[in-house]
Amino acid sequence: MNGILLTIALAVIATAPAWVWNPYHLHTLIMAGIFAVLALSLNLLLGYTGQLSLGHAAFFGIGAYATGLLTVKLEWSPWLGLLAAIVLPAAAGFVIGRLALKLRGAYFVLLTISFAGCVSLVSVNWMELTNGPLGIPGLPPVEIPLPGLPTLSLRAKSAYYYLVLAAVAVSYLVCLGLIRSRVGRALVALRENETLASSVGIDSTHYLVLAAVISAAMAGFGGGLYAHYTRFVSPEVFLFSYTVTMVIMVVAGGKGTLAGPIVGAVLFTVLPEALRALTSWQWQMLLYGALLVAVLFFMPEGIVPALRAAGPAVRRRGRPS
Amino acid sequence: MDQLLQHLLNGLLLGATYSLLGIGLTLVFGLMNVVNFAHGEFYTLGAYAAFAALTLASVGFFLAIPLAIAAGALAGAVCERCLLRPLRGQSIDTVMLVMIGVWIAMQNAELLGWGGVAKSVPTPFPTQPVVLGPASVAPLRIFVFVVSGALILGAHLLLARTKLGRAMRATFQDRETAALMGVSIERIHTVTFAFGAGLAAAAGALLGPVFLLYPSMGDLASLKAFSVVILGGLGNFAGAALGGLVLGVAEELGAGYVSSGYRDAVGFLVIVAVLLLRPSGLFARAERVG
Repeated sequence: MNGILLTIALAVIATAPAWVWNPYHLHTLIMAGIFAVLALSLNLLLGYTGQLSLGHAAFFGIGAYATGLLTVKLEWSPWLGLLAAIVLPAAAGFVIGRLALKLRGAYFVLLTISFAGCVSLVSVNWMELTNGPLGIPGLPPVEIPLPGLPTLSLRAKSAYYYLVLAAVAVSYLVCLGLIRSRVGRALVALRENETLASSVGIDSTHYLVLAAVISAAMAGFGGGLYAHYTRFVSPEVFLFSYTVTMVIMVVAGGKGTLAGPIVGAVLFTVLPEALRALTSWQWQMLLYGALLVAVLFFMPEGIVPALRAAGPAVRRRGRPS
Repeated sequence: MDQLLQHLLNGLLLGATYSLLGIGLTLVFGLMNVVNFAHGEFYTLGAYAAFAALTLASVGFFLAIPLAIAAGALAGAVCERCLLRPLRGQSIDTVMLVMIGVWIAMQNAELLGWGGVAKSVPTPFPTQPVVLGPASVAPLRIFVFVVSGALILGAHLLLARTKLGRAMRATFQDRETAALMGVSIERIHTVTFAFGAGLAAAAGALLGPVFLLYPSMGDLASLKAFSVVILGGLGNFAGAALGGLVLGVAEELGAGYVSSGYRDAVGFLVIVAVLLLRPSGLFARAERVG
């Protein structure tokens, strides 16, 4: 039963561009995919290490600027740009991780906010490099060169949808592999009881920094995807509201689960768009805040764990068999 | 040299309001163990409340400030009573996330209510600066400095000398013993949070006329408050008061001699540097570490 449902769901997702004919709806689905990558990334830290990063927009933005600058100013291929959008944020994640993960709780949160604030100020003020508030327009579209055939451009929304879908799948598999490995067990052990975990020989700094690096790389990848989708990068990518949206998606969807962030990302991109006809953007953000509070009060584990507990049929971790 | 004196003077004037912001936050953290990310929103609320009192209810400037403080304290009391009391005993992280939710909701409620256009607050002070030797200063800034100082002193006296202050300190040192001595624990929690929110609103009402009012002004205020609190050490009252002055002067010097575009980076750098090098704050005594 579960398997059938999941197969149907996957089939619907895989064929979406065929029956979602409204380009705006397709745009919403692409954004949901990009946010799913971001939410999975934040979840790795918040859900599996228990450390809340409020600076995740920084990695998202560094990824977007990395590929923006390299493909526009140095005319690199977008694929190399996307690779840089993974590598550079990962490097930043390593440095910040080494520094910030000496701290826990509120101190860690404040350090990550400060880091994001600094990066954002640099993007506005370093005119020579980033073009300041004007941003970098004209990013090249992603293309797939086919041997013997014309180049396949992913400029169309329906084509980009599949790139984003593949990115979500890869991010999911990376997280799944990580969680099921020795690293994932070490992270959960550290989250549950750091003193105890250290006493059996788990090196907390090593594992937490590793999680931070992978998380930053994924967030940067999301930024790169976003940059090549909108084909414009400006300091707007460092907006705190990106971080807030990620946090809400993870907390509401269910932190510490793999399905939770994806459910949260889809829900919180599609729902606001559906509500857009009724409410303005300010109302949306107000509702986001209220919803975050409400979820913490009434569903502190998030939607996915609550559903799992509610229906025994859903509890079985269903995969197509 | 004259320029340096002017920067130092500006820094001190600005720093006093940072101190006022910081002590409210540090009290709520030190006494209640709540990381109040909505602190800047109470600051914004205070600024808009003063603006509303001046322009809509057309009360005088000097009455608008106490009204704004009262509005902030009331909002703080409601927030504590409805959101924090049910969460008593929950982990500090849950409470932190709830306060982040409050922050987002309050900020966007202000955006809805007042619109995104910046507003300026009229004041009865002349704009002609007062010349003090080589430096000069606007009369409004002197007023803000004096009132901030008085409020900080008042908060200190309230905590150190009054029965209420003693009950606050006792409650947060040892809840049960304080309750046995007849202190109403729940009321003390509400009063403490309202007190912190009121101080933030006071800072907003005072700084609003100096700068401009806009709905996201609280973000920067929160950041400054956190910088100040971290400089002074979380929960350290005197540290926060001093930390505000240090941050104010550091910012003025940074903006004056390095680059005004990076003025707000000073606060970020202060947070990073202090947390990494001296996490218990600049002014902590040895036994407070930890």
